[in-house]
Amino acid sequence: MNDKPHLDEEALAELRDVMEDEFDILIQTYISDSRERIQALHQALSDNDPDAFAKTAHSFKGSSINIGAARLGELCLVIEKAGRDGALADARQRMTDLEAEFAIVRRLMEESLLA
Amino acid sequence: MTDPDNPRPLRLLIADDSSTDRLILQAILRRQGHEVQAAEDGQAALQLYHRWQPDMVLLDVMMPRMDGMEAARQIKALAGETLVPVIFLTSLSDAGSLAQCLEAGGDDFLPKPYNPVIIRAKLWAFDRMRRMQETLARQRDLIHMRNQQLLDEQVTARRVFDNIAHTGCLDAPNIRYHASPMSVFNGDILFACPRPAGGMHLLVGDFTGHGLPAAIGALPVAEIFYGMTSKGFSGPDVLRELNQKLVRILPTGMFCCATFAEVDFRQGVVRVWNGGLPDGYLMDIDGTCHSLVSRHLPLGVLGPERFAAPMEEYRAKPGDQLLLMTDGVLEATDAGGQHFGEQRLLQALATQPAHVSPVDHVIEQVQTFAGGGRESDDLTLLGLRMTSQDPVTKRSVPATQSALTGPAFWRCSYEVEGPTLGQFNPLPLLLHVCMAVAGLRQHSGEIYTLLAELYNNALEHGVLELPSAWKNSPEGFARYYAERERRLAVVEGHSIQFDLEHCLRDSGGRLIIRCRDSGQGFDPEAVTEPGERAYAGRGLALIRRLSSGLTYNKQGNQAEVVYDWELTEHGSGQT
Repeated sequence: MNDKPHLDEEALAELRDVMEDEFDILIQTYISDSRERIQALHQALSDNDPDAFAKTAHSFKGSSINIGAARLGELCLVIEKAGRDGALADARQRMTDLEAEFAIVRRLMEESLLA
Repeated sequence: MTDPDNPRPLRLLIADDSSTDRLILQAILRRQGHEVQAAEDGQAALQLYHRWQPDMVLLDVMMPRMDGMEAARQIKALAGETLVPVIFLTSLSDAGSLAQCLEAGGDDFLPKPYNPVIIRAKLWAFDRMRRMQETLARQRDLIHMRNQQLLDEQVTARRVFDNIAHTGCLDAPNIRYHASPMSVFNGDILFACPRPAGGMHLLVGDFTGHGLPAAIGALPVAEIFYGMTSKGFSGPDVLRELNQKLVRILPTGMFCCATFAEVDFRQGVVRVWNGGLPDGYLMDIDGTCHSLVSRHLPLGVLGPERFAAPMEEYRAKPGDQLLLMTDGVLEATDAGGQHFGEQRLLQALATQPAHVSPVDHVIEQVQTFAGGGRESDDLTLLGLRMTSQDPVTKRSVPATQSALTGPAFWRCSYEVEGPTLGQFNPLPLLLHVCMAVAGLRQHSGEIYTLLAELYNNALEHGVLELPSAWKNSPEGFARYYAERERRLAVVEGHSIQFDLEHCLRDSGGRLIIRCRDSGQGFDPEAVTEPGERAYAGRGLALIRRLSSGLTYNKQGNQAEVVYDWELTEHGSGQT
């Protein structure tokens, strides 16, 4: 169902080129922002607030796509839609997949920083 | 022109609540050489916009506090007519949301993930658009300013023009006219000036071209027309001078189509010269309509040696209407581009109600035809109703200097001989000599009348031996003037001599005018009652009325008129 790469190496290389010295900061920022967003998604679920859920998912989607985490971006789109449709139960189920994918992305990124 | 690979640095404001996206975009834009400021939400973006006045704004759509759409709306409102392109940063893909962004004032979208090549291309395109708008706005402001300047100048020029043309008698009760207030800048002119001995000169003209060049030509025309007419010059004299002046000052290809009319209310005569204007009309009170056709080239075309200024003479009764116009009337167009034309004009004149001035009637018809009256700006018409009395009451010229200054005791003799009688009008010159006496200036009209009556009697009856009885019928009238022309052309061996003498007396002065002609004379003893003999027509009665005395020598070829003037408390007056 989702055959996009975990991390688009080409996109990441481009970013490294564009960001120069700031590449590390960018990756760190993305990782910490994403953590905050996952927390915010959980919060929205427990507040039963589909609107806040969808908005956070939307932002998460944007930055994930931008940074080359294509598969994570796709997952964000799925839960954004669920949130917008008010299908929070459905969304809740997807959260596990999303968090797992984020763990992979994060690991790949940290490896890339060390490389 | 800017080259897309090497853009001019822009001041770019970006707003995105996602710090990752902000960092990436900022880095891309800075690498492309632009100055960038970043905000975390719409509100912060708005504050930055105020402070920093960026060239372009890139906005995320969904942001806390104030979203991108609201920020776009406010920024567009603040920017006014300056083009500040707003580009939405979005991963939105549904058409409805994208349309909302455009409705909020967005100019374009930039999709995530960001592509530096596309970003560069878009910024370049918008920068070009922005600069074009700037140039356009600057040029529009410049044009607006220049136009305003031009209008101001026209108002000033109009004032100068009015000062030169102010002595006109367009406000006489028997004159109706229509002209746009700025008509002089359409090249149209419209003048009327009373003659010193009564009657008036009318001039309607149309310069080729528009605007300042046309208006500049109008100034000397006004000055010559009013100056010479007030000094008593005849129509042909004024026309010759106008033509000569315009030939000299106007560039080739520029000239003045004009109709000149000399109106004599006392004798019931209208003389017309039409050079290049549409037909004028003289409408009898009984309904007959004479066309006053152009028979000459416009003023300012022919050199003085080839210019002909003969005027056609018409009898006109009180109530007859004279109508002169420029081509704006015939050329007025309706919505379909059709001209008003001569047929419609003649139709309008034929259906003209008796109590309405033809000027008002024609204007109304043209405006109905053109629809909405917008054509009336180019319409210049002059209508004059013949009256039995001179409609212009004598202008009272305030004495600006003591009436007793200037030459007081003098004598002068002036003789016109041979063929000169047929070519030259000595009256303005003689009037000029008399006007050197300050006390006589208030009476220029009466002096001119006396000189003119004496001269005409001497010339027409004394020298040319024309019987004035002819003038009593329309046929005789035409014959009289035809014969006058014919005899003038071959006059030989004759002369007319004026002796003028002036002296001061107690509280005033006395001017004696003697006029002697070389004709056979008549028996002055027989002329006791005005109108009794053909020779003693209205002319003599008038002279008697204006002067303190009229006497003839025995031979009847020399008249002597005594004209006394007196100082009064308010200036001077004739006894």
